Amino acid sequence: MTEYVLRFIAGGLIVSAFSILGDMLRPKSFAGLLGAAPSVALATLGIAVAQHGPQYVAAESWTMIYGAIALGCYSMVARHLLMRFHFTALPATILAFAAWLVVAFGLLAGFGGAA
Amino acid sequence: MLVKLSASALKQTRWYEYGVRFLLGGLATVLAGVVSSRFGVAVGGLFLALPAVFCASATLIESHERRAKEKAGLSGHRRGQQAAALDAAGAGLGSIGLAAFAAVFYVVVSTTVIGAFVAALLVWAAVSVSAWWLRRKLRITSRTSQTDRIGPSASGRDIVS
Repeated sequence: MTEYVLRFIAGGLIVSAFSILGDMLRPKSFAGLLGAAPSVALATLGIAVAQHGPQYVAAESWTMIYGAIALGCYSMVARHLLMRFHFTALPATILAFAAWLVVAFGLLAGFGGAA
Repeated sequence: MLVKLSASALKQTRWYEYGVRFLLGGLATVLAGVVSSRFGVAVGGLFLALPAVFCASATLIESHERRAKEKAGLSGHRRGQQAAALDAAGAGLGSIGLAAFAAVFYVVVSTTVIGAFVAALLVWAAVSVSAWWLRRKLRITSRTSQTDRIGPSASGRDIVS
């Protein structure tokens, strides 16, 4: 239980820090870079390396590459839903999540985890 | 436009919006841990790049832009969508940096843990900023060549945000 509380606090703090930095940056397309900041990764990998060691986090970071590619596709789909189909932000970002799931798990099924 | 850092932009954000981001960030991190322990390290790794917080930030950006336009007596609906789409475009470029972060971390972590975090963060920043800068340059170049083809009447228009 303590581990999950620690994860929650660490994740919340790192995500908030990147979000505040993103709010302060202009232009908006540049601030958007922080939407793909490794905030969850920093908190998770930091705790995982202390618990399980470098081999474990290396395997985790390998499939994170698939997740990052899926995030790129997610952003593209969200952008199209907003600009071409005139969705508002909430439904667009929720619907685009399907693209993230398909691409991330598709890449994992196709290429597998770290050797 | 140059990249600027403005603290006054924080005044637009309400206190509960910080709370929403903290909550979503915390939950996404807990989810990544739960998935990793239940379904294995390979599936857990995918969730390190989960767009959980993007949903909240795009919605907040949209509402900020809409509110700003509505204060001026205009409908901010379309402006809000455009701002959220710009944020999504930026996140798309940032995802290249995120993939580079993961690749560098994978290579370096077996040698040095602290070095892996430092190197991965530096590479993330360098790749993300380079991708943004390159896209901006390409947009300027393509618009300039379009303007040249159209003629001098359009050359005074503002380009690139």
